[in-house]
This record gives sequence, C-alpha cells and structure tokens, in this order.
Amino acid sequence: MKFSEHWLKQFVNTKLSASEIADTLTFAGLEVDNIESIKPDIKKIVVGKIIAITSHPNADRLRVCRVDVGKSKPLTIVCGANNAEEGVKVPTALVGAKLPGGLIIKKTQLRGEDSFGMLCSATELGFESNSEGLLILDKETRIGVDIVDALHLDDHVIEVDLTPNRGDCLSVLGIAREMNALTNTKLKQKKITGVSAAGKKKIGVTVTAGKLCPRYVGRVIEDINPDAHTPVWMQEQLRRSGLRSLGPVVDVTNYVMLELGQPMHGFDLDKISGGIKILTSKGKQKLKLLDETTVAIPAGTLLISDKRGPLAIAGIMGGSASAVTNNTKNIFLESAFFSPDAIAGRARLMGKHTDSSHRFERGVDSSLQKIAIERATALLLAIVGGKPGPVIEKVSKNNLPKSIRVTLKQKKLESILGIKIPTAKVTRILKSLGMKVTSSQSGWSVVAPSYRFDIKHDVDLIEEVIRVYGYDKIPAVPFKLSAKLENITEKKINARLLADILVGRDYREVITYSFIDRKRQAAFAPDENAAVLKNPISDALAVMRTSLWPGLVETVIYNQNRQQSRLRFFETGHCFFRKGKEFREINRIAGVITGGVFQEQWGTKTRNADFFDMKGDLEAILGKTGELPSFEFEQAMHPALHPGKTAKITKNGTNIGWLGELHPDIAAKLSLETTIILFELDISAVLRRNSIEYRQLSKYPSIRRDISILVDEQLAVKNVFDVISQAGGKWLLHLELFDEYRGEGIDSGRKSLSLGLTLQESSRTLKEEEVETVMARVRGALEAELGAKLR
Amino acid sequence: MQAKITELLQSALTEIEACKDVSSVEAVRVKFLGKKGLLTEQLKTLGSLPPELRPKAGQSVNIAKKELSEKIQDKKQGLETVARNASLSSEKIDITLPGRNAGNGSLHPVTRTIRRLENFFSSAGFEIVKGPEIESDYYNFEALNIPDNHPARAMHDTFYFDASHLLRTHTSPVQVRYMEKNEPPIRIIVPGKVYRCDSDITHTPMFHQVEGLLIDDTVSFADLKSLLITFLREFFEQENLEVRFRPSFFPFTEPSAEVDISCVMCNGSGCRVCSHTGWLEILGCGMVHPNVLANVLGFKKADADKFNGFAFGIGVERLAMLRYGINDLRLFFENDVRFLKQFS
Repeated sequence: MKFSEHWLKQFVNTKLSASEIADTLTFAGLEVDNIESIKPDIKKIVVGKIIAITSHPNADRLRVCRVDVGKSKPLTIVCGANNAEEGVKVPTALVGAKLPGGLIIKKTQLRGEDSFGMLCSATELGFESNSEGLLILDKETRIGVDIVDALHLDDHVIEVDLTPNRGDCLSVLGIAREMNALTNTKLKQKKITGVSAAGKKKIGVTVTAGKLCPRYVGRVIEDINPDAHTPVWMQEQLRRSGLRSLGPVVDVTNYVMLELGQPMHGFDLDKISGGIKILTSKGKQKLKLLDETTVAIPAGTLLISDKRGPLAIAGIMGGSASAVTNNTKNIFLESAFFSPDAIAGRARLMGKHTDSSHRFERGVDSSLQKIAIERATALLLAIVGGKPGPVIEKVSKNNLPKSIRVTLKQKKLESILGIKIPTAKVTRILKSLGMKVTSSQSGWSVVAPSYRFDIKHDVDLIEEVIRVYGYDKIPAVPFKLSAKLENITEKKINARLLADILVGRDYREVITYSFIDRKRQAAFAPDENAAVLKNPISDALAVMRTSLWPGLVETVIYNQNRQQSRLRFFETGHCFFRKGKEFREINRIAGVITGGVFQEQWGTKTRNADFFDMKGDLEAILGKTGELPSFEFEQAMHPALHPGKTAKITKNGTNIGWLGELHPDIAAKLSLETTIILFELDISAVLRRNSIEYRQLSKYPSIRRDISILVDEQLAVKNVFDVISQAGGKWLLHLELFDEYRGEGIDSGRKSLSLGLTLQESSRTLKEEEVETVMARVRGALEAELGAKLR
Repeated sequence: MQAKITELLQSALTEIEACKDVSSVEAVRVKFLGKKGLLTEQLKTLGSLPPELRPKAGQSVNIAKKELSEKIQDKKQGLETVARNASLSSEKIDITLPGRNAGNGSLHPVTRTIRRLENFFSSAGFEIVKGPEIESDYYNFEALNIPDNHPARAMHDTFYFDASHLLRTHTSPVQVRYMEKNEPPIRIIVPGKVYRCDSDITHTPMFHQVEGLLIDDTVSFADLKSLLITFLREFFEQENLEVRFRPSFFPFTEPSAEVDISCVMCNGSGCRVCSHTGWLEILGCGMVHPNVLANVLGFKKADADKFNGFAFGIGVERLAMLRYGINDLRLFFENDVRFLKQFS
C-alpha cells in the first residue's frame, strides 16, 4: 500500500514528519518499507494563466502567449504546445527558473520574438507521465503561487508492507484510523453524504450467489461528459500511489478504492444488455479482460453477467467489451462486497492478481459499499457531470459477516504477555481502535468494528493491546531454564561424528540443492522412481535426487573449472523416492574424492587417490560402530559406477551403501578427465554401536609369522583372509596383508600376497611346535582350498 | 719425595689442561696413573724410605692420585659434553619447514551455524527434532492455521508434487508432528532444509531454518523475549547487542513479532547491509495461536487456557551471512573450495 503523506494528513491531525509517521506505523505492526520524497528539484515555477494567444509572425508551429503570473504585468512567452488555450492555467517557469535536470530558463528570442519564460508539461516538471502538451492545472488553482505549493509537491510517498491480516489498512482511511489510535487523535473525516438521484434510470440486479456476494450496490449515471479530464489533484494522488490516470471514471473508482478501501468497477451502461446477474461460472466460458488478455474462466468463479454472457470476473477484473471508453456516455457503477472465499486463490489461479482482488481476498469492510458509491458519485459529478440514478442495493443479510463479541480476561492478558497493563489503559487502547468495549472486574467484552473482521479470539485483542502499548514495554525476564538430563548412552552415535571423521580426513562439507536436473538424475539412477516437481524453478532443478552423487559430482566440475584439482567433498542430506502416492526419504552421507591423495608438499610423494583410499575413510566411519566386520563389501554392479570397481556395502544382508569409481561413460559425458571415487551410506545404518567390553591383556609374548603366497589374480583377498582365519584357530590374534604384488617375477594370471599372522595364547607362552602346527595348518588350507603356492 | 710428588702432579695437571679430546686425557691418565704410571711408580719407591716416613709419603701419593683422578674425570666429562653438543648441533633440522600435512577439512558454514544454535538451545533444555522434507498440505499449512486460499499462502511460494504433497516451506510441520505424539511441557527446536519457489539475488529455492517451540503452563512473551535476546547476544558474541521486537503477523502465532538487532556490520550507525537503517531483521516469533493448539493437541478450550506456548523461526543462512560477513547468499550452494576453506 502506497500513499502520500499529504493525502494521509487530510485525515489525520498530526505534526509528525513522514519518517516519524513511518516509525509509528512500523512499531505498531504496519511495516513501512520505503519513504520517498517526491519533491522535484525545481525553482521559480509558478501558476500562470494564459490570458491571450496570438500567432507567431515567423513560425506556424509557435504561438505567443500573454501569461498572468500574479505580477503587475503579464509575461510574454512563446510556446509550441497544441493545448495552449486562452483561460487555462499552466505551470510557468519564470526567467531564472530551474527545471529537473538542472536546466535554467533564460530570457530568449524564438524566431525573433522575445520570450520571458516557459510553459511546462508534466514531464518537464519531472513527473512520470505519458501526457502530451502543457499540464493544464485545475481551475481553482491560484495564480502566482509556486507550483510546489499548488500541487503539494513537498510531499513523501510512504509504502507500507501490510501483513495479510490487515486488509483494513489497504486504504488511506484505514492507515488514518491506525494513526489516530496510535497518536491519540481524532479522525479529520469529511462526512460523506448521499447524492440524491437526479434521474430514475435503474437496471435489474439479480444475485444468485448470495453466499459469495452478500451485498451488491450499483448506480446508473447518465449523460456524462466524455471529453472531461481528471483534475490534476486527483491525478497527482493516484500517481503518488503508483496508479496511472486512465480517464475520469476509472480514476474515480481507483481513487475511492485507495481512499476508502472499496474496490469499484464502472461499466459502459450501453454495452450491458438488460439487467445483470451475479452468479458462479459453470466453466467452459471465456472472457476478454481489460488488459486485453482472454482467460478461460474456471468453474465456480463468481461472475457479473448479462443475458449474453459474462461481463466481468467479480472482484478481479472487468471485461474489455463492457469497459468505459473515451466515448462512453452512460455508466453503471458497481460497489460490492464479495466474500474473501469468492476471490481467494482465484486471482492467482488465473494469474490475475489485481488491486481489487488483493483487497477482496483479504477482506473489505462489509458496511462500506453504499458510502463508497455515494463518494464516487459525488466525485464523478464534479468532473463529468451527468444524471445519477437511484442507488440499487441487493443484500443477503444472512451471508454478511456477523460481528463477534470477544471476551478477554485480565488474567489471560497477563499470562500471555508476562506484564500487567493498567485496566483503564487497556480499555482506552481498545476503544481507540474503534472497538465497543465493556469492562468488568475480570476483563473486557469487546465487539470489533466491521472493518476489523480479523478479531476473533482473545489473543487477537491481546495483540492489539500490546502493539499499541508497545512491545518494548514487555520486560525480558530471566528465562526459566529447564534442566534436562542429557542422554549419555554409548549405544547411539551422533550423526555429527560421521561428519567430524570426514573433516578430520580432509573432506570439505558441501550443501547442494535437493532438486537436480532430470537427465542427470536419470544418468546416475535410471532405475529409481524419482519425485518430480510440478512447478520447478528450472529444468536444472526439476527432480528430487535419489542420490547425493549428482550434486557432489557437479561440485567437482564446478571447482575443476576453477583450477582446483585435488578435491574431497562430503554431504549429508535426504534422498527422495516416490512410488505412486507414497513418498519416502532416506538420510544419507556421501563423499567424493579426486586428484592427489595428499596435498602437494615436500618430503611426501603424492599419487592419485583411488578406491582403497576412500575405502579406508569409509572403514573409519563403519569402525565407529565397533563392529566393522559386520559390514560386507561385495563385488556388484551399479549404473553410476565402474563395473569392475564397485562395492555394494551390506549389513545383515541389507544394502546400506555403495563405494566405487564413477562409471567412465558418465565421466566422459560430463567431460571429467580425472578418476572420481564415490561413496554413499545410509546414516541410520551407522548410528548404533555395541557397548565396549574390556578383554584381559595377555602377560605372555605373542609370536609373529609371515607367509608369502601366489594365488590366482582374480581371487578376492577376502577369501584368503577367511581361509586363514578359519585355519588359524583361536590362537590367531591378528592377521594383516602387508604386500600385494603382480607383475615382473610373478606368472601372469597370478599375484603374490604377503601376510603377517600374530599368534598368542592368553594364559601361557606358545611353544615353537604349537606355532609350527598352526602355520602348517594354514599353509595346508591355503593350498588345498585356494590353490595357493607358497613362495 | 714430597717435592717430587708435587712436581709430578703439577705437570700432570698442566698436560690435562692442554688436552683437546677424551683420548689425549686418557693418555695422560695412563702416563701418570696407569699401572706403570709416574705417580703409581712413586708408590713403588716407598719401600726405600725409612719406615717412619712411609705412611706420610704414601698418604701424599694417594692424595695426589685422587686429586689427579678427579681432574681427569672432570676434564673427560667436559670434553664429552662439548663433543656431544657438537654432534647434536650437526643434526639440526630446519624447523620452519612445513609440517607433513594430511590436511584438515571443514564443515559447511550452514552446518557450523546450525551446530551453534543446537548447542545453545540444547543447553536451555530444548530437544533437537527432525522430520521429512516432503510434507502434506495438512502439516505444512492447515494444521498451522493456514487454510486453503488463505492470503498467507502467498507468503510461501510452494513447490508441489501433486495436489496434496509439497516441499515443506518451513520446518514448523515437524512441530505439529511432535505435538501429536508428545504431551506438554514441550521444548524442541527443529533444524532443517526448507524450500520456496523463489530464486534471485536474495533468495535461493532451498535454505535452512531452525524453528523452536515451547509449550508449558506458565510461559509468556516476556520469557520468549529474554530467551531470544540471550541467544542473539551469545550468537553474535556481543554483550550489548541491541534487540527490538516489532509487531507482525504469522498465521500460527498471536501476538507475533519480528525481531531486529542493531546492525552487526556497522554497530547500528547505518551501512549498505542494513540499508542505512542501523537495524537488521533477524527472526520471527510469537505466542502459539490457540487454533494451532486446538488443531494439533486437540486441546479443549479449558485446556488451551492452561497452557501457553511460544514459537520462533530463524533463517540460518541469514545468521551465517551476518556472523561471517558473507555478502552473497548464493555462495552457500556453489560450494567453491576457496569459500569452504575459509571455514576450516
């Protein structure tokens, strides 16, 4: 809501400056977004009256005007505007005047004729205007007065960002009511009196949708002057509220809407065939609107129709065919109360959010319609003349909003706010807001005025009281802490730990969008049912991810394009799955690495990070559960991963994650030239751990034996471990692989593995023969079960 | 004889003084104290002395031997220390060479910020609760007193999947889910991702929120005020941070307030960040609307009067931007390493 300080002060008795007004409103919950001075940088421009015009002796296009500027002698000014006429008043820049942009007016000669100033157009005064020719001032304007005073240009535009509950403030009157309550002053309201009918002309009005249109007020005005112009003062008010002048009828309806808050519409009476009907659309109808677009009207939309079809979409926009034009002679004015339910959501549905729909969906004062039509009639008669007919009113009383009595208990007020406010103060505040208040021992009984239909509960009244009384008066009492004993179980792992492990291992956390490109999603997870957004921002953000990988890989690309080659990222977040009407979310942690395994540095040779670097990081996470061996890495296939370098991670047979190298085909498609290693893990699979149980340390020495074997190159090391563990028996304390080698010196198709076995008996030192027995058993099993050859 | 002993001792001491290394000291020792050493030899000559002079002469030799031994020991130790020091100093390394670096990663600034919020509110007795990001219309809007077609829905540009499923526009639905399963008193905060169909220089379609909810029998706006003021001062680590509450509107709270803080960039003197107002809008809050209590807890009028509650919603990115002086919201989701590194 935009309005000028000057307009507001016609209603409010206040000496406050624009910025003080803004502060007052802001701290009462009407947040002022912007205050702007509209005073143009001009000097010495006054109201002049053209008293005589003679033609220019040397130029057809120019004329010589005698202009009365209130001095003893009129000025001679040469002018080229077509609309210069004897008797009109225009802004006159005197010699020495300054125009916006810094132009200084000097005495000059135009084609041999002296000129002592310049007659100005609206644009030359710095107004945004599409009007051509001189700005013709209202007849009442006093000659010689500085134009800044004449047009009240020393003014500010105040823009209030209203919350949806305050539809009552979508007018200068509404803001004025607030200001009066907040500054404890009385409204300077001019009484709006009825305009008696000069004619008898009426049209038939039938309301079949009484629930959506509880009140419809209309009036015919005949014989208006189609050539009349909107007075400058009204154009100026509209301009300062951000509206363009579109001719007297439209301007007056807009003016009344801004002034009182009642959206109105003017029809060309001669385009209405017979009477009108207010009804809901059955659908399949179309209407060309004022903005020259044609809309398909959704079923259930409230319409104003005549017998030929829809004339206007009620409360949203009028039709172009019945609109008032330059030639309109007879009009029908509409001032209706459409219920918020009739309009809410519909305007947006059709993509037609208008000043009118904005007000109706927030709620218009249901008692305002007649007052508004009288106001509009009076304004119109003064501009375009004409013969007003009697006011037509159709009311469906039962459907009008009822006033509600709300009880507010003193105790409740205090318990919600945490302070005591003197009873008399509360009463005074509520009354200042136009409420009818009866106070009693325990509290107040309140009926809100018809424009405050948002007041329904006691808490609504509490908010009214405190916003006027002042939020700053509520003390900040020390907050009562409630100690809650922290759960210190060791069986749960805080998800924070997973992130901390990866941070300690030189990963950087990233956060990418949960919605990704549809094609990217399909490349990484062609088999998943992804949830697709109905109204995405763009194709690149259209479908919910089923894996964190696309985002991570995208981040790698982004950074590689910025000269970063060693990249290690992780992300935690939800992945989304849809199956029909069922949506499922899984919280996951995933990582990506590419480039050197270490940062480039002295004294340490670097190499590119590979599968096993990441597997080590992953094992660090899995190890936190205290049961690393229960997680199995299985050779498997995944559409996003290299078929030979993919591990499916399972626990108790359930797939809980993946590890592998990005599929070279995907990498190629994304123009990735480096090896990308990825992992992804369901967080819920690693949030529990076993409790730790101490095992007695052995006092006796352990014995270490190393063996080297040759096995088939395709043999999984896990099998070797399994065989040795089995054969090693209870004395095998620890088993490690310390070398894996293939190549020179080894038959092709074979690989060499070197393993260290640590043996120990907890109650005594093992004898040499016992150790030899175990080793023989191990060697035997390796040969027999895996065809291993000892080296 | 005494003169001889004194002379030998003197010459031995002079020789030791001149020694430059342990081996020459050892040579001196052998020369004087060895089996055939000059001082040792003197003992052998004792027999040629008259018996009454022997004890005194013997004593003299022994005193001289002892003194010499001690000197030799001292000299040896001195020389060894010098030698060890020389050898150690030859092993000196350049300790200014950088440490062997396994690297250290970083948490995203949004995560850092959420963790700080969680730590603060946990210590005030709030439980951290999470919920789904794809929500139903009921939990996201209706239960929160935002019926269909309510103009407040225009405040939330919503992403939809179908008529009833959407991406949550705030984390408030989790409060509803929690209230359905738990009885008051309730103290929770809900951090998480939220989504709005809006993308420009000051809006990203996904961002993070932390919402708080407290329901108890005696809790007032004054409590809400003090909790939030304390939080904001702790968060920005500014004891005198000014905080002001302005009336506002949220469908699920009444009375509602917007909270402003004095600009942390210019200390309230006015700068580009605060649009030269000296104030920054930082969060929204209010007392829980009775309709929400009724919708969710199924409170009857009498019960609803027994309990009050407050709720607040904090935009994480905004806090992080102000805290770290980040001037472009989009940086959070571009994940440029050069940006992330700064939060190591």
